[in-house]
Amino acid sequence: MSIPAVQAIVIGASAGAIQALSRILPALPAGYPIPMLVVVHVPPDGSDIALLFEGRCAVTVREPDDKEPIQPGWVYFAPSDYHLLVAEDRTVSLSVDEPVLYSRPSIDVLFESAAEVFGPALVGVILTGANEDGARGLRAVAEAGGEALVEDPGDAFASAMPAAAIASCREARSMSLDAITAYLVKLGTP
Amino acid sequence: MDATLTPVAGDAVEDIEIHLLLEALYRRYHYDFRNYAGVSIKRRLRQARLQLGFASFSALQDALLRDATVVPRLLDYLTVQVSEMFRDPSYFRAIREKIVPHLRTYPSLKVWIAGCSSGEELHSMAILFQEEGLFDRTLFYATDINPGALENAANGVYALDRIKTFTQNHQKSGGKTSLSDYYTAAYGRAAFDKTLRSRVVFSDHSLVTDAVFAECQFISCRNVMIYFDRALQNRAVGLFRDSLTRRGFLGLGSKETLRFSEHASSFTDFVREEKIYQRRDG
Repeated sequence: MSIPAVQAIVIGASAGAIQALSRILPALPAGYPIPMLVVVHVPPDGSDIALLFEGRCAVTVREPDDKEPIQPGWVYFAPSDYHLLVAEDRTVSLSVDEPVLYSRPSIDVLFESAAEVFGPALVGVILTGANEDGARGLRAVAEAGGEALVEDPGDAFASAMPAAAIASCREARSMSLDAITAYLVKLGTP
Repeated sequence: MDATLTPVAGDAVEDIEIHLLLEALYRRYHYDFRNYAGVSIKRRLRQARLQLGFASFSALQDALLRDATVVPRLLDYLTVQVSEMFRDPSYFRAIREKIVPHLRTYPSLKVWIAGCSSGEELHSMAILFQEEGLFDRTLFYATDINPGALENAANGVYALDRIKTFTQNHQKSGGKTSLSDYYTAAYGRAAFDKTLRSRVVFSDHSLVTDAVFAECQFISCRNVMIYFDRALQNRAVGLFRDSLTRRGFLGLGSKETLRFSEHASSFTDFVREEKIYQRRDG
């Protein structure tokens, strides 16, 4: 059986997220083929993180509207105060269901829904953060046959989130931020 | 016979069970969730199954078919959403600045809060209309499919610890009065003035199965249709179009859009960044 090509990447991060993502997202070349869905914990004040990256990236970065089709190579940030999910027809689905582990958007909610849709064709990445959101979600990614990556807790700005993810998901590979960046770029290079 | 049957590939057992459960809920009680957005309804149903203590969706379905008391408990998982008063203050500011001037030109107004849940948005709108001097000429319709939520909306009582957020939101929305003018606090709860509900018709109405009931100048339906699939969204938006006067206004949630709707051409962007649309002439 051949290994399916990666069809989507999901990323979760909390404290220190902007700095970490500032290493990864600008490194993606124009024409990068794999869509990325990102949850960053931010206060529910309507601030649009996508705007922070828009001008600095070769790929399209945006906060999606509900039911928007997921485009190859686009980066989608969960809007503040909404859960971001992937629907079966590979469109974006948003919800205002209760926070999970005090978080909305929730990393677990995104990862679990993406794991169901993309299965082995998904890569899940947990970066820096100071809580345990994402641990369950990353396990769901691995259990569906996807690949699980975690920023090395020793290097991360905040170690709790990557450490929890590693504890919850045996298959997870711990890597430096630079190694993760290089790996994701290579995934999209023919 | 000892041949073992091989199940057909395709739907997972859980998907079949969920499909049958929603069919049962519809055929027995006429609550129609069959066209809700799959990924969200699945999450909610899984939560409901765990919390209600059923080993499988089939077991839940069995109980549902025979015991009507399961219905309201399940309904609470499927419909109730916690909102805030003046959630997304910029939306309410846009109503004040861009919509109210148009509404002023009508001698009488009908405003529909569709999917009003426990009434936070309804009370926000009533306060805004009072502040703008439109309240006395307005009739509000507040509809939902969940009878428990409608009852809460009609009571207008909220936990006191939520008031701080409500107050901040109200100020950011351009509030001209103090929110504390509208409620009395006691025993950890804030009871909103019943005058705010004196011009409100509360009604059980489903965007999925029910029809047009009034002609409105303004409809606000926020973060309700994100739980619908595309076909159901089309039905609801069609219903809104037919319920609006010419050049009437439709306000959606900040991440909802008519772009993907088959009725997109019936509306124009009015306040684009706040997802407020205007029905076209004709």
